[in-house]
Amino acid sequence: MSDLNTFRTETRSWLEANCPESMRVPIRSFEDIYNGGRNPEMSHPDQKIWCDRMAERGWTVPEWPKAYGGGGLSKAEAKVLREEMARIGARSPLDSFGISMLGPALLKFGNEDQKLEHLPPIVRGEIRWCQGYSEPNAGSDLASLATRAEDKGDHYIVNGQKIWTSYADKADWIFCLVRTDNTGSKHEGISFVLFDMATPGVTTRPIKLISGSSPFCETFFDDVPVLKKNLVGEEGKGWTIAKYLLTHEREMISSFGAASGKKTLGQRAADNMGTDASGRLRAGTLRSVIAQYQLDTLAFAATMEKVTAEAKAGQGLGPASSIFKYYGTELNKRRNELLLSVEGESALGWDGEEYNEGEIARAWLRSKGNSIEGGTSEVQLNIVAKRVLGLPDA
Amino acid sequence: MSLVLNEEEIMLRDSAAGFLAETANVDAFRKHRDNPPPAGFDQALWGSIAEMGWCGIAIDEAHGGLGYGFTGLGLIIEQMGKNLTVSPFNSTVLMAGTAIAQFGTEAQKQEWLPKIAAGEVVMALAIQEGSHFDLDSLSTSVSAQGDSFAVKAEKRQVLDAIGADAYVVVGKDVSGYQAFIVTADQVSVQDQSMVDARSSGTVVIDISLSADAQMDPQSLNSGGLERALDIMNIGLAAELLGVSVEAFERTVGYLRERKQFGKVIGSFQGLQHRAADLFAELELCKAIVLKGLRAVDAGDDLGGLASAVKAKLAQISQRATNEGVQMHGGIGMTDEYDIGFFIKRARVLEHTLGDFHYHLDRYALQGGY
Repeated sequence: MSDLNTFRTETRSWLEANCPESMRVPIRSFEDIYNGGRNPEMSHPDQKIWCDRMAERGWTVPEWPKAYGGGGLSKAEAKVLREEMARIGARSPLDSFGISMLGPALLKFGNEDQKLEHLPPIVRGEIRWCQGYSEPNAGSDLASLATRAEDKGDHYIVNGQKIWTSYADKADWIFCLVRTDNTGSKHEGISFVLFDMATPGVTTRPIKLISGSSPFCETFFDDVPVLKKNLVGEEGKGWTIAKYLLTHEREMISSFGAASGKKTLGQRAADNMGTDASGRLRAGTLRSVIAQYQLDTLAFAATMEKVTAEAKAGQGLGPASSIFKYYGTELNKRRNELLLSVEGESALGWDGEEYNEGEIARAWLRSKGNSIEGGTSEVQLNIVAKRVLGLPDA
Repeated sequence: MSLVLNEEEIMLRDSAAGFLAETANVDAFRKHRDNPPPAGFDQALWGSIAEMGWCGIAIDEAHGGLGYGFTGLGLIIEQMGKNLTVSPFNSTVLMAGTAIAQFGTEAQKQEWLPKIAAGEVVMALAIQEGSHFDLDSLSTSVSAQGDSFAVKAEKRQVLDAIGADAYVVVGKDVSGYQAFIVTADQVSVQDQSMVDARSSGTVVIDISLSADAQMDPQSLNSGGLERALDIMNIGLAAELLGVSVEAFERTVGYLRERKQFGKVIGSFQGLQHRAADLFAELELCKAIVLKGLRAVDAGDDLGGLASAVKAKLAQISQRATNEGVQMHGGIGMTDEYDIGFFIKRARVLEHTLGDFHYHLDRYALQGGY
């Protein structure tokens, strides 16, 4: 315990000395989130300085092993670090798919050479990764993907197309599902490969969404050579890794639902629309819908807390992650829809300072994608019905 | 406190589940419904429950209990919900016991809590006036007359009113809440048969009570009554959880067996998605009930949490039992089939000490809107 106290004291003074003031200001826009990469986008030059300082101690990924550039911290130490960062309002130094997705997959399924080659640049924010999963004809039915990788001895030649590739136009490398065999069932013959987006034959095209932003791309592969040393796991066994990562992704997307400002939706409504003498929101029917939303948010947070506690106690995660994704994203859609009701006309603005550049409307539209990306709500319900409730296929 | 059960709690839950499934199960409830015992409950079963120490689980050791807490009590109540167990456990232990512990005088605690803990007494809570539970609209039914009090009230939906030896009666005088412990000979009770076939009634009080019957007005009026009711509602939600989960499991079991159009009906996506969504909601219910019980044990401010717990369980128990009947189809409507018992029990529990709307309103008010 006293070791942990020492660690806390040291961490506190190191953070005080090294976290730039500008990185203690709350994140206001997507540009404030640092994603690293060969050509990093920044709203402030301190973002890179802050990332470099943290990366030097491995604290961009506190719990990864030191051998791969991580912080090598215990769970308890990592918690102290999080608490101390929260204490001064320090921003996360680096956010990336490398950290949240590829890293955990490589630690679990990669060989030693792959870990040594790819993990340290992720830790330092030098390489930004994207994920090549969905295809025009393989969305909810991901396993029917058709991008082909042909065996050419020491390398593969990849041909095909991906879609909904998040930030493909900004990424340096891709982790990608390809078909190396189509003689067996659709889940067999899928392989998990890594390659540089700068390789000749790779092109990307951003997709403009209803919210006006373009976080996703179409990605085309035309005779792209991929060395076999960049195959993760066994050839034809990529589906196992894909499923593992989907579980991760669903947990990430579900956390959107927990996001909220300081004021609850109900309090915001009370400020905007007024209350009666008893303290009740005047808009009675809206009040009841908001209360049900708040109630479910509270219950959902308790569920996340319970599942986390069970996992820590060694009782495992299991199929609960499918419920999280489904429920969290539906909850977030409800929240955004209610925000429109609470804010009224001012929520419908698209441009201009008065409307905060359409922040509410754009977030509302963007939220509609939450229950589509990473497996639609309907697919999540299918999974629960079959795997958890044991109901048979049609 | 962590939202995960420790080994001791799991053992307690499993032993309660085992005992009740064997001796106080749904078949036993059907027999009770068809031939209700005169006392309103099975005295042999009540004796066994007392012997296992369940009645004293949440009562502190200084007053003859085990001091184990409300999480343990909630786990037992949940199993009673699953099995539709009939006993005066809720009214005596959860309701009267909590009321006395929260706002009884020390003398009353010394007198009654050890008897409750030992299962030697059956008690009931008499608080509701009129058709709806509403703390704000209790009529002024108490007036002080020197050293004594004139109490005149009609209390409705008093669970286990018939077999009770004594009652905690909560009312109001001009200065605030007033509460008394009265014995069966001091009230008249009208049996009100309700949809769940349990003992319940209207208690009419018109009597002058001496000061030693009066409960502590200071703790009563400084948050003690609200806290007691919050704890009771979390306990009732634990029973609703058991009722809902059991109804759901029976329904999913039926979906796996019943064939129509040459197929098991559980293979139809229309039913699968409704069942999966309900599963998700029930996972939320499990978490929020445990959160409520832990908050009681931690001595946390229950504020809006207790109303959130009750409202959520009220809402989802409606859905679980309604879907239970619907998905069973025609046989779900028959008295011969058990699923109908769950919908009946769920609604009585929901409407005890405030239904979905009452608690959603209170939850919103506590949240500042």
